[in-house]
Amino acid sequence: MIKLVNVTKKFGAITALDHINLSIDDGEYLCILGQTGAGKTTLLRTIAGLLKPDEGEIYVDGELVNDLPPEQRNAVYMFQQFALFPHMDVWQNVSFSPVIKDWDEDRIKNLTFEILEMVKLAERRDAFPNELSGGMQQRVALARGIASGARILLLDEPLGALDARLRVELRTQLRKLVKDQRLTAVHVTHDQEEALMIADRVVVLRRGKIEQIGTPNEVYLRPQSIFVLSFVGGANFLEGNVVRVSDSGSLIEMQSGLHILVSDRSRSIGERVVVAVRLEEVSVGIEVVNSTNSFSGVVETAMFIGGSMEYGVRLENDVLLFSRILLSDAVRAYKPGERVVVSFNPENCYVFAYPVIGLLKEIEAI
Amino acid sequence: MPEVKLVNITKRYGKIVANDDISFTIKDGEYVSIIGPSGCGKTTMIKNIAGIIQPDSGEIYIDGNPVTDLPIEDRGIGYVFQNIALFPHMTVWDNITYGPRVKGFTPEEIRALALEMLEMIKVDARSDAFPDELSGGTQQKTAVARALMSRAELLLLDEPLGALDVKVRAELRFELRRLVKDLKLTALHVTHDQEEAMSISDRVLVMKRGRIVEAGVPITLYSQPKNIFTANFVGEANFLTGVITQVSDEGSLIDVGDGLQLMTKSIDKRIGNRVVIAFRPEFASIGDGKKVNRISGKVKDALYSGSIMRLKVQLANGDLIIVKKALNFEKPKSIIGKKTSVTISPDNIIVYDQPENLNKELALE
Repeated sequence: MIKLVNVTKKFGAITALDHINLSIDDGEYLCILGQTGAGKTTLLRTIAGLLKPDEGEIYVDGELVNDLPPEQRNAVYMFQQFALFPHMDVWQNVSFSPVIKDWDEDRIKNLTFEILEMVKLAERRDAFPNELSGGMQQRVALARGIASGARILLLDEPLGALDARLRVELRTQLRKLVKDQRLTAVHVTHDQEEALMIADRVVVLRRGKIEQIGTPNEVYLRPQSIFVLSFVGGANFLEGNVVRVSDSGSLIEMQSGLHILVSDRSRSIGERVVVAVRLEEVSVGIEVVNSTNSFSGVVETAMFIGGSMEYGVRLENDVLLFSRILLSDAVRAYKPGERVVVSFNPENCYVFAYPVIGLLKEIEAI
Repeated sequence: MPEVKLVNITKRYGKIVANDDISFTIKDGEYVSIIGPSGCGKTTMIKNIAGIIQPDSGEIYIDGNPVTDLPIEDRGIGYVFQNIALFPHMTVWDNITYGPRVKGFTPEEIRALALEMLEMIKVDARSDAFPDELSGGTQQKTAVARALMSRAELLLLDEPLGALDVKVRAELRFELRRLVKDLKLTALHVTHDQEEAMSISDRVLVMKRGRIVEAGVPITLYSQPKNIFTANFVGEANFLTGVITQVSDEGSLIDVGDGLQLMTKSIDKRIGNRVVIAFRPEFASIGDGKKVNRISGKVKDALYSGSIMRLKVQLANGDLIIVKKALNFEKPKSIIGKKTSVTISPDNIIVYDQPENLNKELALE
């Protein structure tokens, strides 16, 4: 088990990690999700022992490791830019680790082969790094990390250099391998879909602080802040004031007098709020099906994003509302300029207090 | 508004043929993306056009003029690559006006051009900022502006959004396309991100092992790919092998094993032909009322990624398929192990001749 207690790390005036408390269970697959500059890599390097925290303690299996060098922490850290040994072929690079050197030959052979199969490089076992593409080299590095015999894998954007399509394929395999080998993995990524698919738990990091920890479903379905909602999955954010609270929910008035009904009844009348609706929860049609939260507008943008269409619909109050619709038999396509009706359910609205620093500042990058 | 024409372009590195006899035309004002597995030759292709490397044979025309022997600076192109290469000690303004100053443009010309560019990329308010004071996205927009300060009409983009966070990347797609269209540029964009290529381009070019596999409008390429590799590369797909057992004007019946029959639309194949059928996970539906192509199976696993749920369903013939649907807040445990029925509309089934080695044909690299 890995445990961080009040871990703080500063670089000059910048606090890269700000009193981080975190426990990672044996065999857990944890993803650390955050934007560039959130402190993800610093957190990983601190666990690895490549950086010393300014404050706080790090425990591995109950033992304080603050003063232990990286090689004694039973963890292997995989860099974003990995340097393979150029004079060794793939097989030698992967089976190089000093830990497994003492194993018997068959065991090393089996493990090396299994891992090369997993990263789909078994056929290229005799190739030298400079004969491989960047993505393949990255996978050799990944294989070498896994084959090091360490029980804890610290992965810094391990799939970052790969083709998007291959990345999706490797996600499930990476998780399977970690689980099969009973390793503990801490995986840093800025790709929320990757984190949601691969992790047992996700840590959303922002400006050196933990914004939320939870299972992928918890983080996606019950985001605790505007930032998490915006960063994990994204949403439409609408500003308004609470004008009525009743048994059926709360009524929010947006600019230009449009009203939204939300199920949330926790806000008080007169409160300035932000209503958030996921793009996937906004449906687009030609006619009004249900008068609740239905707004007419004009399609302004229609973007095909492979498997889904993303529409931007300009409402009468000038708000641009986005909708993402998974393609299927049942849906028709809309064209820019077309008059449509967008709607969403009151239960699918998240309500937050209007942020002190302003909505845009709250959700903007870094 | 240049047209770019490649005629029989070949480029070798030792025994590897990076570009293998490529002929292709990018129309005036067109936004074309190139995708393909790593090592497919997409970067070589854009470098050939830029003049960074010389093809071994073939000819490149820009606007009808042969440019194969012209140096990069005489080709009228703006080139942007992944690693944002702004001068760190210069402000945004100095960065983008650097080229024109060296080339001896008049101060008035430079000022007018720079103001226009900064307004286009919406960075005018930050013209006094130094690169490290800007977000990665703004830095890359500045790099695009700098590339266009030479009044280039052909924009070559080599993974221009590759170094940025996923979220920033998605936002910049819009802006990049708008910039290209507003300035009436021709753009060629290399990316490893299929979704990026789909959403940004007029046409997408799929490359594999130095050759063009297929080119097409994004939605056609996605929903009716002509090539089986394209079907797998541009998005997730299910592939089942089978034999044609019935042919009529309405469609063909395909046996995918163990008596499991699927109807397709009318295709140009004969009874007995060995085929591979492909369909997208989101085009299959679970437990709906339709009768056509309704097959039974068992849910083996459920994978979640935000709003999307992928169900792994085992069919009666043993094959595993993925069905993708929008999440309705179902609990994963309640579905796994249950029997279910899957339907796929005949229109959404694509039929290919069965290749000798299917896995090799589908390999993503």
